[in-house]
Amino acid sequence: MSIDLEQFHETFFEESFEGLDIMESGLLELEQGEVDMENINTIFRSAHSIKGGSGTFGFTAVAEFTHDMETLLDQMRNGERQVSASVVDTLLGCVDVLRNMLSAIKDGSEIDVESVSEMTAALKSILGESSGEASAATEAAGSSASTNGWVVHFKPELDIMKTGNDTVRLLRELNSLADKVEVLVDNENLPSLSDIDPEECYQSWKINLIGGNVSEEDITEVFAWVDDECELTIEALAEEGSYLGPERRDDDRRKNEVAERRTADRRAAASKSSESSSIRVNISKVDELINMVGELVITQSMLSQFGEDENFNANHIERLKDGLTQLETHTRELQESVMRIRMMPISFAFQRFPRLVHDLSSQFDKKIELIMTGETTELDKTVLEKIGDPLVHLVRNSLDHGIESPEVRVESGKSETGVIELSAYHQGGNIVIEIKDDGAGLNKEKILSKAKQNGLVSQEERLSDDQIYDLIFRPGFSTADVVSDVSGRGVGMDVVRRNIRELGGMVEVASTPGEGSVFTIRLPLTLAILDGQLVGIGDETYILPVISIIESLQVKKENINAVAGNAEVYRLREEYIPIVRLYQIFGIEPASKELDEGLLVVVEAEGKKLAIFVDDLLGQQQVVIKSLETNFKKVEGLSGATILGDGTVALIIDIAGLIDLYQKDMANVVVSIKGGGLAA
Amino acid sequence: MSETAEDISQHDVQKEFKELLTFFLAGEEYGVDILRVQEIKGWDSVTNIPNTPEYIRGVINIRGSIVPIIDMRLRFNLEKREYDATTVVIVLNVVSAGNADRTMGVVVDAVSDVYNVPIDDVKASPDFGTAVDTEFVTGLATIDEKMIIVLDIDHMLNAAELAVIDKIAD
Repeated sequence: MSIDLEQFHETFFEESFEGLDIMESGLLELEQGEVDMENINTIFRSAHSIKGGSGTFGFTAVAEFTHDMETLLDQMRNGERQVSASVVDTLLGCVDVLRNMLSAIKDGSEIDVESVSEMTAALKSILGESSGEASAATEAAGSSASTNGWVVHFKPELDIMKTGNDTVRLLRELNSLADKVEVLVDNENLPSLSDIDPEECYQSWKINLIGGNVSEEDITEVFAWVDDECELTIEALAEEGSYLGPERRDDDRRKNEVAERRTADRRAAASKSSESSSIRVNISKVDELINMVGELVITQSMLSQFGEDENFNANHIERLKDGLTQLETHTRELQESVMRIRMMPISFAFQRFPRLVHDLSSQFDKKIELIMTGETTELDKTVLEKIGDPLVHLVRNSLDHGIESPEVRVESGKSETGVIELSAYHQGGNIVIEIKDDGAGLNKEKILSKAKQNGLVSQEERLSDDQIYDLIFRPGFSTADVVSDVSGRGVGMDVVRRNIRELGGMVEVASTPGEGSVFTIRLPLTLAILDGQLVGIGDETYILPVISIIESLQVKKENINAVAGNAEVYRLREEYIPIVRLYQIFGIEPASKELDEGLLVVVEAEGKKLAIFVDDLLGQQQVVIKSLETNFKKVEGLSGATILGDGTVALIIDIAGLIDLYQKDMANVVVSIKGGGLAA
Repeated sequence: MSETAEDISQHDVQKEFKELLTFFLAGEEYGVDILRVQEIKGWDSVTNIPNTPEYIRGVINIRGSIVPIIDMRLRFNLEKREYDATTVVIVLNVVSAGNADRTMGVVVDAVSDVYNVPIDDVKASPDFGTAVDTEFVTGLATIDEKMIIVLDIDHMLNAAELAVIDKIAD
């Protein structure tokens, strides 16, 4: 029977990329000097699974490459090699190369052979070094030279057979390797017959392999699938086997090249979207769902009884009502459980930052500590995948512009090491992500002069602090004196804002000079459902996202002011808020054009407030967002549509888009006033 | 393509046929490929979309998707006509550039019939004054002495305001 292995490729890639992430974070921990056996083991296991999997699927290049990494890791695991910064660096490089190889295979593109061979050479040279320095580690150094033979001590764990491994098969395979094989069984641990569990393995073996030109790899290969379930030692039988490692050489130059390539590769990898179409779901979430469906079926059968009952009378109504209430509860719970399936912890987006900060801080010669909190906060998978790049931008920005160099920090009385804090938490129906640094803070004067220079702000305009800070999100704005390759091309922040806006979220910045800045991102938990406030204008029903609404109020005529005869503002607690007559912008016939006969809904988006004039508030409900683009196209001022209880369609207003529309509208008015020669 | 003996006896073997659904619009009969027709439904109220041309009447809900409704009379600058009992919405599958199929509804005066027309009999349209721009006409077919204008719905429903725009340029 032949099995089509292709169907497992997706799973393999997913698991491998996960494994690489685990290795990366493990290595970064090692680098901080915490040599933890458990950690090394974890890294080793990940490498091992990748090797095993790629071998199975016939990706030999990957398997071979991983093998060398594994050898090095194995030495670390056995304490034969000190964990040094250079080793960790090399391994990190290997992780990058491996990631590139795997994505190349996944996309069906060419593997970058050069970087692979460079990295292999680097690995080999490290492996070679050890043989020069410590002869004791010779055998373990992945020598491919053959000896006269090998002594293998193989002591499997008790439950090795329960994992589907058969010791007999392993022995048989060893037998096929060498010319002569002697096997000694150690039955010491064998209990008495009455105590034997037939599914457990009590024996251990000592195997002598003689002749046959067997290399150590051949033997480890045999045990590849079980070596975390047994004690395995492999020793050379004879002393003659001498290892011919590559000569040690001064490879500073090459290391530099590798490092350069690595950064370049990483940038390329970052630009590729990492969205995957499958999702891993915790089994408990699925069970929960099945339970809910069960409940729903019961409720349904209960309700259908009423339909079949011929003697339906008033007495039944009470029970019918109960049934409907139950149905409502179950439907809602079902909805929530289904949504929860799409939820994933934000650590998936956070996990790349330790590495990023590590790499960049050495590049900029800055000392930076990264603190992450709230990694378990869950959010929708789609949102999670799309928030990655904006976050990288923001963290890079904090690192480049925010945190000062160590000398400057010491001068201004701060500790040498800067702190970047990444945190995530839930607030209402939103998830909030904060990127906080204790750097110099935003330079107001610099921003303002730059904005004036770029024509974003006119010379005499007066702006509040928040408005000034907000300028950094404008297209074509950058204050970096030198354009570095990390930030400073002026395409960063506006892209960040646009991406976050596309997700229905917003980004703000707050800053204190000398103490640092905080970027706050607010995102909806899911893109599929929204808490909506239904509003009526004439015969139309529109939906405003509840998250953007600050308050709704009845109009007091004395609070209305007209600016320049046309734009209206409403005074609300010492604040002037522009009034938008929605019927004007959307061209609808309203029930009333008098402001005091309707209501004002004060909304906020990106720090700007707007009072929307509507006829009536109709109620709040959760609405499922449907795209207008599927069958039509994007409409300015609308973020989508939904279907109401009666089957009709209601349009959802995009507040940020509405503000743009309003400003365009006003700009036209202003132009016409100016054209008319009126002085303000 | 395998045809049964019966089919062969009825039709010329060489001919390929196309089934057309026809409808009336301002006195003329138009045809669309019936395989593109998803359903036909009576006129019902729609939700207006602000700031769109008048011929885009709005959107309706068809089994959970939001489907735009286009008034064919308004689209081709014909005289307005009150909607009545025969007014129907023909829901069509439209193949659009770049992305997948779109579903759209068109409002017409009435549906007429379904005809089986040999493809070869659809003649290229001479440039004469039908109400519909010849740009959107695939050709003319004659059935029982009647002329049917066969429409190119993909072209018609992807033109002008209905075009797919990947990204609104800044």
